[in-house]
Amino acid sequence: MKKLILSTAALAFTASFAMAQDVVRMGTEGAYPPWNFLNDNGEVDGFERDLGDELCKRAELNCEWVTNEWDSIIPNLVSGNYDVIIAGMSITDERDEVIDFTQNYTPPDPSAYVAMSADVDVETGVIAAQTGTIQAGYIADSGATLVEFASPEETLAAVRNGEADAVLADKSFLAPFVDEDPDLVFTGPDVPLGDGVGMGLRESDNELRETFDAAIQSMKDDGSLNELITKWEVSSTF
Amino acid sequence: MFSYCADPDTLSGLTWLSCYLTTGKHMAFYISFGVVLLLLAITAPTALAFGFGGAAAARSRLLPLRLFGKGYIAIVRGVPDIAFFLFFVIALDQGFEWLRHQVLCPDWDQPIRQGNDFVVCQAAKLPLGNAPQWVHEIYGFLLAVLTFAIVFGAFAANVLFGAMRAVPHAQLETAEAYGMTRRQTFWRILVPQMWVYALPGLSNLWMVLIKATPLLFLLGVEDIVYWARELGATANPRFTQYPHGDWRMWYFLALLVFYLGFTRVSEVLLERLMQKLTHGQATTGGEAQRKATA
Repeated sequence: MKKLILSTAALAFTASFAMAQDVVRMGTEGAYPPWNFLNDNGEVDGFERDLGDELCKRAELNCEWVTNEWDSIIPNLVSGNYDVIIAGMSITDERDEVIDFTQNYTPPDPSAYVAMSADVDVETGVIAAQTGTIQAGYIADSGATLVEFASPEETLAAVRNGEADAVLADKSFLAPFVDEDPDLVFTGPDVPLGDGVGMGLRESDNELRETFDAAIQSMKDDGSLNELITKWEVSSTF
Repeated sequence: MFSYCADPDTLSGLTWLSCYLTTGKHMAFYISFGVVLLLLAITAPTALAFGFGGAAAARSRLLPLRLFGKGYIAIVRGVPDIAFFLFFVIALDQGFEWLRHQVLCPDWDQPIRQGNDFVVCQAAKLPLGNAPQWVHEIYGFLLAVLTFAIVFGAFAANVLFGAMRAVPHAQLETAEAYGMTRRQTFWRILVPQMWVYALPGLSNLWMVLIKATPLLFLLGVEDIVYWARELGATANPRFTQYPHGDWRMWYFLALLVFYLGFTRVSEVLLERLMQKLTHGQATTGGEAQRKATA
């Protein structure tokens, strides 16, 4: 078995593929509905799946989807394991120093707090957020105590079991949970964060960035982007 | 999977469960058990080979070889696993790509390091950018095997190094007296007898290795813990045909049973192996066996 795998792999590496059609690898997290998640068949699904497929069609690119943990999503992009991050990543100055962004494909939208009761003090309480998100950065700079979790699911679990008073995340991610679970309520003021969500690319990949920029622009122009946003309820429209 | 699964909303009880447990996502979960077992089956002998090489090198009479063996054992054992898995794998991958880049694209005029980016020519990419997803997955898997083998090989090397020194010196002197060369003594006397001293340490390593497999996800291989977390997470009716609450506890309970069962089976098999290796050895265990049969 071992030999079989090694030899097929060796074969695959040494065989010289025709370079006619380039594959663009799209990296996403797969754990952030409705933006991106794995459906019952284990495939990447959601707003960004629809959007990415449409963008690739317009740009005449052959795209392939891969999932990667949020923590290491930027390091794996810059070292070339995939070519694009399309994972609900807000455009911020900090990230822009390391990678490049296309123009945003959703407008800047507020983040919201969710708690077990409406009278939680979000200014000074214990607030959960996902590691490395703009929400985590915001709480760290505010008077509240930040507890970080690796996945979005764990931030909500922390609120349910009382480890945190509230969770701060994108409103569109929290809304389905609040609809489903009568214990959870929106609380506190909405917080405007970031400059909208864009695709992340390596700084050296200008050509690909311009291609996707043009494709996003064409979807903005003909209104199909707004249709997708409404379909998945991810944000306000342009 | 089953024909009655077309509309899960109408199902309940066991039929619902039978459909739920056979979704594509669950199949990926079951396959990941196979991936983990395969990884262990490949990694364990590879790590043992690394360990044997390391131990033999550390005993060598040649100074450079001895320094290499001792350095390998000391450095790899000293670096935290998680740092090793995050840093080393990316470095290893980039190292391979850099080598291929030097060979395949000699007339490339741009720098490879551009700020944070690591840019090699398309032909040097490993796997190639247009290779199908399964090639990427096998490549990731092999990187994982190699990294595990290097890390656990260092620990195994230390265990074997100790075991080689535990073989009674009189045995080696007798071999020499019979006129055996150093090489003959090593292969015919030392190696067959050292395993009984090495096995307790090696079985410890095996147990640790079994439980270290969640580190796989750092390498992009989707292992059982990743899928348990993914499947157990709250499933909202908007995004799935099988909505449920936070079921992570049940999935992790299943993992607990799997790991306990697996380590138990390992213990039984290792105990049998120990019995076999002890046979005829000048140890208390070997002596007890001799008396029992006499």
